[in-house]
Amino acid sequence: MQVELVYNVIHTQTITGRLKAGEDGAVTVFDGIVRNNTKGRQTLYLDYTAHKSMALQQMQTLADDAVARFGVRDVAMVHRLGRLEVGETSILIAVASAHRGVTFDACRWLIDTLKKQVPIWKQEFFVDGAVWAPGEPFPAELQADSPFSQR
Amino acid sequence: MRLRVLFFGVLRDRFSAEERLEQFPGRTVADLLGYYRAVAPELGTLWGTLAVAVNQQYAAGNVELKQDDEVALLPPVSGGAPCVRNHAG
Repeated sequence: MQVELVYNVIHTQTITGRLKAGEDGAVTVFDGIVRNNTKGRQTLYLDYTAHKSMALQQMQTLADDAVARFGVRDVAMVHRLGRLEVGETSILIAVASAHRGVTFDACRWLIDTLKKQVPIWKQEFFVDGAVWAPGEPFPAELQADSPFSQR
Repeated sequence: MRLRVLFFGVLRDRFSAEERLEQFPGRTVADLLGYYRAVAPELGTLWGTLAVAVNQQYAAGNVELKQDDEVALLPPVSGGAPCVRNHAG
């Protein structure tokens, strides 16, 4: 199981190649890349920061959960931090298993869950300024202020 | 009690990345949020959206803090691929 935070280019083919095993019938790959605009505003580049040790721990837990929940054989999940240019890969998730159905399901679940709870933030730099991307709201049970989490 | 407080995302526009709080007068995660909310009330509704991690584990408001805990204040996360969702503010 490959789970990493990196500052350099993510090599999709190397990672998916390493993931494949003889008993696999499918690898589903999600390659998240930097778009050239947000709602029409032209993006120059993005800067990703993380609570690194916690993010890694969370990603490892998600990868383990994906195997347990969906019964897939193996997962690779690599997120890049630092400055990324348009078109570059920010996150690569690859899921391998004997049959394709569960690999699609696990891959979708991994990216959707990562975006809600793995502590990584994105600052977007435009020609005319910079903003912190508004994140997805935390699941209620993770919010410190939530009625679900109060005594 | 002494705490190490980490700030991330949009909070970095207002706070430094890390702060040593030598004499935190409160007891819980909720107390700490209240403490910083009073320091920066201009951040408004952001305070209600934060998650808090104590020693790298998500923690609810009623969690008791201990001497030398690392407490991270986490705005909603936005990792992964750029998001197409419209943000209504």
